[in-house]
Amino acid sequence: MDYLRLEPSPCLLAHECVACGARFFDRRNACAACSGTSFREAELPTEGELRTFTIVSYAAPGIPVPFVAGVVDCGGTSVRANVINVVPDADHVRTGMKVRLATYVVGVDSEGTEAIGFGFEPLDGATTPADARETEPGKEQP
Amino acid sequence: MSDDGIWILGIHMTKFGKHPDKDVIDLAAEAALGALADAGVTMRDLGVLAAGNLMSMGAPTGQLLQKQIGQTGIPVYNVSNACATGATALRTVIMAIKAGECDLGLAVGVEKLAGAGLLAGGTRKQEAPTWTPQGRYGAVAPIDGRIGTETMPGVFAQIGLEYGHRYGGTSFELFARISAKNHAHSTLNPLAAYTKAMSVEEIMNDVMIAYPNTRPMCSANCDGAAAAVLVSGAKLRTLDPDQRRRAVKVSASVLTSDPWTESCQVLPDVNTLTRQAALAAYESSGVSPDDLDLVELHDCFATAELVHYDNLMLCPEGGAVDFFESGAPFRDGSLPVNVSGGLQSKGHPIAATGIANVYEICQHLRGEAGDRQIEGARVGLAHVIGLGSACGVHVLERAA
Repeated sequence: MDYLRLEPSPCLLAHECVACGARFFDRRNACAACSGTSFREAELPTEGELRTFTIVSYAAPGIPVPFVAGVVDCGGTSVRANVINVVPDADHVRTGMKVRLATYVVGVDSEGTEAIGFGFEPLDGATTPADARETEPGKEQP
Repeated sequence: MSDDGIWILGIHMTKFGKHPDKDVIDLAAEAALGALADAGVTMRDLGVLAAGNLMSMGAPTGQLLQKQIGQTGIPVYNVSNACATGATALRTVIMAIKAGECDLGLAVGVEKLAGAGLLAGGTRKQEAPTWTPQGRYGAVAPIDGRIGTETMPGVFAQIGLEYGHRYGGTSFELFARISAKNHAHSTLNPLAAYTKAMSVEEIMNDVMIAYPNTRPMCSANCDGAAAAVLVSGAKLRTLDPDQRRRAVKVSASVLTSDPWTESCQVLPDVNTLTRQAALAAYESSGVSPDDLDLVELHDCFATAELVHYDNLMLCPEGGAVDFFESGAPFRDGSLPVNVSGGLQSKGHPIAATGIANVYEICQHLRGEAGDRQIEGARVGLAHVIGLGSACGVHVLERAA
């Protein structure tokens, strides 16, 4: 992902409209909020709060299920992501839970290049039983 | 609206469900001919046709329909606006009449969707042998399932849980009870795809699609079509007394798109555009939520129905759970919602839905809804949304 920076430590970068401060993760032709055309890079906090989620049990072929999808509020910026390193059931995931950015290997291509993906994991270890590792998406990739 | 107003002169929908022996044009023709017969006019009387269809990949549905039921040379608009396609077709005809270009027009919405399975937006299919960043996000692989979900059950699940997080009071069981209401309502609707009541337990124990939406809490993909004949008030006054008596007034016709909100960049915001459409509809019609006798709203998922109680201002802001718990949206409650069975049970042939919701309201306002009639209904509201994002709201009133 263009908006995931790995060094010196992983963080998400947004395109921030110079005129109005609206933030976007994809490249932009202009700002959806004010139509401004100047953007600067803005680093997001790596901790946030899970504002909403769902546990997807039925997805397109090839997508490992169940997985937890959600929206994380990172200091006022909404980020769409999976919640990883958590048991994917309604007893272990709740809105309002504190989470932090985490990276994992999505897969390795035919030339041996690793792709790194990101998700958010619970900040509070109490919600993460030891067996949660088995559901980490990175472990299920070919 | 002009002083004359716009009226629905005739309206029809096919049975929703599986129609393996009929193609898109067969279904559109059945709805169109039914609406023309209901209106007491023919293709030769019409000045405009708008046809909505989403899944035929750019085929000129309107012109293909004309070839089967009457080519009269009138302008045809083929419209596509996600799940708001039918409402957009309706509004296209209304705009043409309001502009004075003609005084009678036909709107059709049709879809063949039985067995379509899971509908997702923008999923990248192919994985290349080597990682190459692609697209606006520079992703090296499909992002659905890795960076959140793009499937509709998941998107709307998040919308429902976000409402619960903000205002409290929601639970898996609450959403299942909303679904049970609509499945119970559908038992009185012979045109519904499913007419089977389901208990809350059955709904909760069914196949989980995207928590908290189980399969019966998701809109039912099916085949179907709906069509409406619209007429100007001036023209209506020249028509037969029986046509005038059964005509239904379109007191408001509103279409909105998503205004910018911070969070709509990552999760479609179905709330702001619906609230704005509802506000505009109430303002332009002079109708308030208290005046409504019934509502057909876009319950594409049980979680969506809850947020739209609030968005359509059927309750005070944040009061959707209380509104449901009061019994108001049940057919014997103070403001029945989705007495047709809704998208979860009546079905959701995408482009037909916007007109089908209007059909349901019209049947009640005309006193022609049969076993499911809401007695004395005078004012109703029909709502649809499509991602991402369009919202159509129509307020309808019985002829005085």
